[in-house]
Amino acid sequence: MSSVTLSNITKRFGNFTAVKDLDLVIEEGEFFTFLGPSGCGKTTTLRMIAGFYYPSEGKVKFNEKDMTTVSPENRNTGMVFQNYALFPHMTVYENVAFGLKVRKKKKAEIKKRVEDVLEKVRLKPFIDRQVSQLSGGQQQRVALARALVIEPDILLLDEPLSNLDARLRDEMRNEILRLQREYGITTIYVTHDQVEALTMSDRIAVFNVGNCQQIGTPTEIYNQPVNDFVAEFIGETNLLDVDWKEDKEEFYSEGLNKSIAVIPPEPEMSEGPLKMSIRPEAIQVSEEELSGPNVFLGNVQLVQFTGEAVHSFIAIHESDVTLKVTDLNKGPSTYLKENAQVYVQLPPSQVRVVPKAKKE
Amino acid sequence: MLNAEKRKTLFLLIPIVLILVGYVLYPSIETLLESFKRNGAMTLQNYIDFFGPKAQSNLEALWNSVYISLLSVLLSACIGIPLAFIFTRYDFPGRSFFSGIAIMPIVLPSLVGVMAFMWLYGEVGLVPSAIRDIFGLEEVPFSIGGVSGILIVHAYTMYPYFYMTVSSALNNVDPSLEESAANLGSSRFGVFWKVTFPLLTPALVAASLLVFMVSMASFSAPFLLAGGYRVLSLQIYFSKINGNLEMAATQSVILSIISISFLLFMRWFQGRKDYRMGTKGIGAHRSEVSNPLLKWIMVSLGVVAMIVLLLPHVVLAILSFVPEGSWTWQTYPTSFNFENYRLLFEDPNIWDPVRNSLFMAFVACLGCFVFGMITSYALVKRKFIGKNLLDILVMIPWALPATVVGMNLILAFNKETPFSFGQVLVGTYWILPLAYFVRFIPLVVRSTSAVLEQLDDSIEEAAQSLGAKWFYTFRRVVLPIIMPGVLSGTLLAFVQAVGEFPTSVLLYTLDNRPISIEIMNQLRLFNLGQAAAFGMIQVGLIAIVMIISYKFFGVKSENTL
Ligand SMILES: Nc1ncnc2c1ncn2[C@@H]1O[C@H](COP(=O)(O)OP(=O)(O)OP(=O)(O)O)[C@@H](O)[C@H]1O
Ligand SMILES: [Mg+2]
Repeated sequence: MSSVTLSNITKRFGNFTAVKDLDLVIEEGEFFTFLGPSGCGKTTTLRMIAGFYYPSEGKVKFNEKDMTTVSPENRNTGMVFQNYALFPHMTVYENVAFGLKVRKKKKAEIKKRVEDVLEKVRLKPFIDRQVSQLSGGQQQRVALARALVIEPDILLLDEPLSNLDARLRDEMRNEILRLQREYGITTIYVTHDQVEALTMSDRIAVFNVGNCQQIGTPTEIYNQPVNDFVAEFIGETNLLDVDWKEDKEEFYSEGLNKSIAVIPPEPEMSEGPLKMSIRPEAIQVSEEELSGPNVFLGNVQLVQFTGEAVHSFIAIHESDVTLKVTDLNKGPSTYLKENAQVYVQLPPSQVRVVPKAKKE
Repeated sequence: MLNAEKRKTLFLLIPIVLILVGYVLYPSIETLLESFKRNGAMTLQNYIDFFGPKAQSNLEALWNSVYISLLSVLLSACIGIPLAFIFTRYDFPGRSFFSGIAIMPIVLPSLVGVMAFMWLYGEVGLVPSAIRDIFGLEEVPFSIGGVSGILIVHAYTMYPYFYMTVSSALNNVDPSLEESAANLGSSRFGVFWKVTFPLLTPALVAASLLVFMVSMASFSAPFLLAGGYRVLSLQIYFSKINGNLEMAATQSVILSIISISFLLFMRWFQGRKDYRMGTKGIGAHRSEVSNPLLKWIMVSLGVVAMIVLLLPHVVLAILSFVPEGSWTWQTYPTSFNFENYRLLFEDPNIWDPVRNSLFMAFVACLGCFVFGMITSYALVKRKFIGKNLLDILVMIPWALPATVVGMNLILAFNKETPFSFGQVLVGTYWILPLAYFVRFIPLVVRSTSAVLEQLDDSIEEAAQSLGAKWFYTFRRVVLPIIMPGVLSGTLLAFVQAVGEFPTSVLLYTLDNRPISIEIMNQLRLFNLGQAAAFGMIQVGLIAIVMIISYKFFGVKSENTL
């Protein structure tokens, strides 16, 4: 078990910067997730931790020990690759035993440890199979077992579930979590699936083109995004431009043509353009008149039924703003009718004003 | 400062570059220099002579080579393309058997193939004589020789290039493309011209270039059949025999320029993004031939083709039982026994060439195996500056005609050089294994690279992150995975080294004369039976190697081109 410290890491390929000034500390035993859109530098960061790339600038430390230029085979990290990278010419047993053989363990010990770990990933019956004869989910578990069996200080997982179908993905999520808790290994998990990130992680780092935007627990990231990029990338949200009117000490939305009540009532940052974000599930909708702050009148444009939830798009009168509202499915009688006139309310405690992310 | 990765790359590259420079680049440069020399002085005189009126035979030979090569392409295409269509698109009794027979010409080493054709269809050949005697004619109705002989042999040995490339391209054509064109109202003919043919063009161009290059380089066919007809590859040999090394060098340079430009053109052509692989995982669909008349026409055509294709093999086998001195003036051989094979194992003079061939091919292939593996690994998996150049350098021995490779080695190693450790190599035993080695490096590199390119980088990284050092990873992970590719390349190299004639004839000595040279000697002595027996040994070796590589490594002969 190790903690991982990345201090001011920059990685350039030629004159293209893939990761810029990344600074973060991953605690011992933590399940830490890198989340971000495609091409934002997640894999690159992970590979610098594994040692396949050396950072152009900055330092990688495990437990305060400088590992920046240590080669991959001397880092004791277990990596699960996106395509699993199983050795095609070996059986399940040989794949899992590979790391132990390299470490020159005794035959009997290797056998015992391989069997134990295969038991844990529930692959004991397949021990002598050729890996090409396994299903995708089974192969993934072999890859996981191969990484776990060497008792790595750090477990690195690069989108390990992206090739699986939805059900298997769900099952594997729980399995990975269970194993991680059981072994208590510091785990770094790369994904661009936000549900995966929110459900599994102790903490999440949200990336955008080479930059880390926010680090926090899942609830912090979802409920208190630091800027509009994070708010928009994680979950659904309604984003509107707002201005802080110094004289009246209130937020004013040009689009809605109205001032907006917000709790807490002051911007955390007064410089630069601001946005307000409100989650669709936080908006109140009613056919009867609502009282209180931030009430608007609108017309239902479209109702989408997704199974567990119902999305309604409501065009606010006398503006070009359309708000998305989500409600749990409580039966057909509760669905809004298209073209019906409704009242919407944005509860002040749920409205969050954030700075606009810098465009690079 | 160099980091660990770069150090490893450099460590790999040093031996590769040394060997390639020493045995490929340096000999070519020596030849180039020699071509500018006349009596020790630098001059353009050799080129002036080549293109000038003084030695018209050279220019004539160049045009003859080009002419023969063009016709060979045409003939091979006319045989190979229809065959490929019939076998991939129609299903009829015996289809897979016939399609196996269709590639039989490639198990005949070129010299042996030409020899068999001579016996079958030459002036006193068995087939024309038989027709004359059966129909009671005065004269033989036909015989091959000169241009027609060369062309027929070329068509026989080279149509498999078309057959194989077009078959595999046809297998990759998504049938739904043709079906959708037909569905849109296109006629059968329209579908072929508008859809199928354009999809096949890359394969056709590749096969044409290949056949053109191979027939420019062809040596055995003109050597035995040409009579007075001059072609460039043979002219090099004559110049060398006559001791005119400067002219031989000049001729080599001109042939090299043609071959290397073809190589570069082919690289460019294959490097373009092509549109064959639009969809994946769709096998060709074959239509069952249901019309019984058509079915039987096809089957009988197949049988006739099979006889024509296998006749050379059969005649070789039969004649190998004809003892010395029993078939001289007679039209047909009269007695048969195992004398030739018995002599092989008893007479050291007759056994020696077999041993030489096996040993030299083995040594050369061992070299190709190790060198090809390392080179291919460096080319596919390592990053360095000048990779493209190295890639071209590796492929040059493949593009150069064997005669030119032989001349290059003669001109480089007929004096003491650092690359031969201060020895004169020409005239020694080791010059021939060296020539085989140089010639067959590209085969191993190509087949290894094909497998290595499929190997995902992350496999190596996975081993590394599990704690394995580079060499351990290479030995336990990379090597076992690429072994089928390396071995199939090496086995093919072995097959070709055993049958190799052009470099052998330029470089052999009494000590190391291989089977091919002995075949030539026995032919000169009109000891046809022994020549055939030697030929059978070559064919047998080749067959064994092909069966092994197919059975144990699943390597199809198609993939070995
Ligand atoms: N070896 C390389 N050479 C040059 N550019 C690279 C290299 N590796 C990555 N990049 C670039 O760096 C950027 C970040 O790549 P990275 O693989 O880290 O993205 P990612 O966040 O993992 O994306 P994805 O979710 O699609 O896997 C990309 O723009 C990519 O093109
Ligand atoms: Mg990635």
